[in-house]
Amino acid sequence: MYVIIVGGGNVGYYLAKTLAAARHEVLLLEKDRARYRTISEELGEIVMQGDGCEVAQQMEAGFGRADAVVAATGSDDDNMVVCQMAKMEHNVPRTISRVNDPRNEKLFHKLGIDATVSSTKIIYNLIEQEVGGGEVIPLAALSRGNIEIVEIEVGTKSPVMNIEIRNLELPKDALIISVIRDGHAILPTGETRFALGDSIIALVGADQEPELRLAFAEHS
Amino acid sequence: MNIVILGCGRVGSTLARLMHRDGHSVTIIDLQSESFRRLGTKFKGNRIVGTGIDEDVMKRAGIENAQVFVAVTQGDNRNIMAAQIAQHVFEVPKVIARIYDPIRADRYRQLGIVTLCTTTIASGLLRDFVSTNEWGLAKDYSEEYLTLNV
Repeated sequence: MYVIIVGGGNVGYYLAKTLAAARHEVLLLEKDRARYRTISEELGEIVMQGDGCEVAQQMEAGFGRADAVVAATGSDDDNMVVCQMAKMEHNVPRTISRVNDPRNEKLFHKLGIDATVSSTKIIYNLIEQEVGGGEVIPLAALSRGNIEIVEIEVGTKSPVMNIEIRNLELPKDALIISVIRDGHAILPTGETRFALGDSIIALVGADQEPELRLAFAEHS
Repeated sequence: MNIVILGCGRVGSTLARLMHRDGHSVTIIDLQSESFRRLGTKFKGNRIVGTGIDEDVMKRAGIENAQVFVAVTQGDNRNIMAAQIAQHVFEVPKVIARIYDPIRADRYRQLGIVTLCTTTIASGLLRDFVSTNEWGLAKDYSEEYLTLNV
């Protein structure tokens, strides 16, 4: 896969390194000359000095044959324009933007950017989920089938306590793949009953996650 | 008319003073309060300190009741993003952005933002004046620019 990353700050730099190690073809675009010199000393010719918003430099960087463009600068406005120009000018199939202000995610999706990543929101969600019992924690998103792997803790007030899996009302596209009890993974059957402190690992269609959340929610 | 202007540089401040003198309700936004000095003493419109790529700042500037939004900061991308927020989030009827880069100005014009490319306008006017000794109309020279080899 050919991946172009715009912005050689910490996020872009480590992403380029990681992708290159996984044997992807990578190009990292950095505007600032001093920063470019620093990172190109280590990463070599996969770094190019240039402005990722300028069409002439996008062409030089080969946006036209990129499988994905990642905008990883610290400015949301720059990231937005990189992704929009990549789509409009070069028809890049997948544009991914780092979003510094999480409130911008909605706008970016509306403007046609394929995926957004907000570290602020991820950390916020982790803190929120640490506090609330019975929450559904996304472990991984499998983009191809639009399916997520989630973890659910069984808390004291959980309605599923002592219920057998076969009697559980689950969303259509949800599958319980494992129950972690006392540090051991159980492959559940229809007769498995949930106990306090169980960690349930489930596969769920991304759009049905709220429904799954409801099935395990602690009613007050 | 309610107009919100983003960027109190030379163009933004002059536009704000003109529109205020003409009797419009003007709000101007800039990152630095020092920039408001350019407005002089007669300007009585609103001054908001903040960034135009923040919906809260735009709301404080009264964007929800604005008929016109003009983005004239020094940053093309900031102008583009602010204009798209005005267009898509607040549905302001007339949204205008100054964009120095002729290509970006052309592409975002196609997305429904009125873009003003002072690069092509100034160079076009100058070229005409040099060859004819007359100042042409300040038409937009962006289409001609696109015929140049980039």
